[in-house]
Amino acid sequence: MMPHWIAAVYFVAALVMILGLKAMSSPLTARRGIFQAGIAMALATVVTFWHPQVAGNIALIIAAIGLGSVVAWISGKRVAMTDMPQMIALYNGMGGGAAAAIAAVELLKHGTHTPLALALGVGGALIGTVAFSGSLIAFAKLQGWMRKLWRFRGQQILNLLLFVTIVVLGVIIATGQDHWLLISAFFALALLFGVLLTVPIGGADMPVVISLYNALTGLAVGFEGFVLEIPAMMIAGIVVGAAGTLLTQLMANAMNRPLSNVLFAGFGAEEGATAAAEGGTMKAIDAQDAAILMAFAEKVIIVPGYGMAVAQAQHKIWELVGLLNQRGVKVSFAIHPVAGRMPGHMNVLLAEAGVPYDVIYDLDDINAQFATTDVALVIGANDVVNPAARDDTSSPIYGMPILNVDQSKNAIVIKRGQGTGFSGIQNRLFVGDNTRMLYGDAQKVAQSLISGVKAL
Amino acid sequence: MDAWTALYVFMLAAVAGYEVIAKVPAVLHTPLMSGSNFIHGIVLIGAMVALGQASGWIEQFIGFVAVFMAAANVVGGYVVTERMLEMFKSSGARS
Repeated sequence: MMPHWIAAVYFVAALVMILGLKAMSSPLTARRGIFQAGIAMALATVVTFWHPQVAGNIALIIAAIGLGSVVAWISGKRVAMTDMPQMIALYNGMGGGAAAAIAAVELLKHGTHTPLALALGVGGALIGTVAFSGSLIAFAKLQGWMRKLWRFRGQQILNLLLFVTIVVLGVIIATGQDHWLLISAFFALALLFGVLLTVPIGGADMPVVISLYNALTGLAVGFEGFVLEIPAMMIAGIVVGAAGTLLTQLMANAMNRPLSNVLFAGFGAEEGATAAAEGGTMKAIDAQDAAILMAFAEKVIIVPGYGMAVAQAQHKIWELVGLLNQRGVKVSFAIHPVAGRMPGHMNVLLAEAGVPYDVIYDLDDINAQFATTDVALVIGANDVVNPAARDDTSSPIYGMPILNVDQSKNAIVIKRGQGTGFSGIQNRLFVGDNTRMLYGDAQKVAQSLISGVKAL
Repeated sequence: MDAWTALYVFMLAAVAGYEVIAKVPAVLHTPLMSGSNFIHGIVLIGAMVALGQASGWIEQFIGFVAVFMAAANVVGGYVVTERMLEMFKSSGARS
């Protein structure tokens, strides 16, 4: 039995964490929220050293905490803002893996657990393991280590068979057959399942998938909390499970796609169909001509994407907008819900550069205006302006709402090179008749455009 | 804990989690995902309990990995959330 004072600290920690999460859902109180939750977590961790079941291996525990903390601290501090989504995936995978490892230790100990605890323990192990390997794949994809979508015929059936096998194994283990070989096979197959589930999903969908795995990790943590009889773990885990599920739903809604479409859209896709949009050549333009085109336009819409974030070009772009405004050009910004791979990413960067909110528009508010726009300037965005999403049913991003840049009179696309975008999909916009490519780093290009406009 | 009590805890926690996130602006989706990622780092206390009673090198090894990963979840989750929300503060102050 846990001493009352430890139980009391856990109780308060669970409450503060929920309140902290609540505070994080408003921009004004968000920082206070994470700070409170951090204090609660630190307190809960420290008192656990007095938990009666933490009977030995104290040196190992301290070493593991120290090592894990240092590695995560350094990587978390160093990572560029643009790489945040994959770091979240990585740390989330760690949590899922931890939940699964807890289950593994409990199973290997052949301890006395109630049937319900065994069932939840095994269920949590499966969910945690899938979240672990799935998150690592998501990390590798976002990091650019895995560009291929890796789809093949019968993938869906293979996954289903695999899942059924894992569940059967899990049921056998939960009924008390806890031979180590069975347990190893169970975990190995669950790892494989997480990998197979994630490899066919395109990079543009990754934030949604990471959010889903985040919810799954929460669920796994909640289940293992029941096994270990730590209510704070149950509560915090399930709160994250529910909040994460809702968040996943909200993100999928922002892309106007049901979650099932995000997860399974790739399955059964015809081999090689994604290359269909190829053909045509990209036509380059130099910064001087692009500057002239924009300076003499009436209406310009700027579509920022990941490329602007990478190059930190937002300040230069805003300077350019100021010059264009002086010449009487009406400039607005169009932000796709998932531009930059992190919802809200572009809003943050533009706000940082001082761009007022009233010239920034959401997809629904601005899409009709492209047809009457003289120049659409795309800065390092790709999938969110790909017309294939509208009409090419074989495209992995088919169905995602896009900004209709291809309907504007002229489109200028700032891009670092000629390669395909993040998701590896060809973009028909780039070879369009009224599209000109402006190659280079977004910040340098913006500088050239500024000089170009000034020189007129 | 008996099954019914557990079910009540799960049910109430799920409702709380749902309510806490409902009606959140799209700008905060990623920080919230990151923040909730930090919250499930509470798995650390479970990992400590698991390693604390592990015996034999296999259990100790798995327990060690569990604590290591859980600690990385906690610290990494906190650091990236904090950094992301820092950006929001600067944008909020300007608007």
